[in-house]
Amino acid sequence: MHDDRVFKALADPSRRHLLDRLFERDGRTLTELTEELEMTRFGVMKHLQVLENAGLVVSRKVGRLKLHYLNPVPIRQIHDRWIDKYTARHASALADLKAELEGG
Amino acid sequence: MEVQTMTTPTQAKPTQVYQVFINAPAQRIWDAITKPEFTRRYFHGTSVESDFKAGSPYRSYLSGDRGLAVEGDVLESHPPRRLVHTWVARYDPELAAEQPSRVTWEIDERGGGMCLLTVVHDQLEDAPKTAQSVSGEGWMYVLSGLKTLLETGEPLPALEQ
Repeated sequence: MHDDRVFKALADPSRRHLLDRLFERDGRTLTELTEELEMTRFGVMKHLQVLENAGLVVSRKVGRLKLHYLNPVPIRQIHDRWIDKYTARHASALADLKAELEGG
Repeated sequence: MEVQTMTTPTQAKPTQVYQVFINAPAQRIWDAITKPEFTRRYFHGTSVESDFKAGSPYRSYLSGDRGLAVEGDVLESHPPRRLVHTWVARYDPELAAEQPSRVTWEIDERGGGMCLLTVVHDQLEDAPKTAQSVSGEGWMYVLSGLKTLLETGEPLPALEQ
């Protein structure tokens, strides 16, 4: 359910680029992010909204500023759910093969 | 083809924000943060000890009488919505020598029994080693454990050191 939003958010190169910029340094305003990207303010705002809805970006009011932070938890959850599972299976398949070869 | 650039910040961030949905009411999440019988099961075996009133000390202890894990002061306490306390890691002398940082817990009910838990660990500018120690696996392991415990009743397996 929530995974869909994360995958959709990550399916766009501009949004991945935006995440990479936030990974380098977050706690930034829309204006700061717009200055760094070759994108209109509206474009950045729209992409930030998709990332926020997916939980990948969290915005916080600090005084009069709205700062954007990267939230690493959803990517971690995708990792736990999708990557760990298959790499574990891969590792155990290799272990099975090894046991079979050594046993045979 | 898009050019992929891997970028790694050289230093852990001085403000770190973590957010996770938890399928539990706010009061249960508050209890899990403030009661030692819960923290022992997801917070690296540590037991929290505080009356959670503004101005009171916040302490957590390592398992097996191995002393203090974290020490701080409660700055704000609004059960079951918001808790702010300072943070000095005592389990490691290098971390203990750094300046106190600040941890803010926000529990926001989102309907359908779900809450959004936000943890902000900030004021880490003068505590770079502490910042490093809580980044990456740090808070994520604790928050995943908290979520798993509340949603399934089971703790996560212990981290391999």
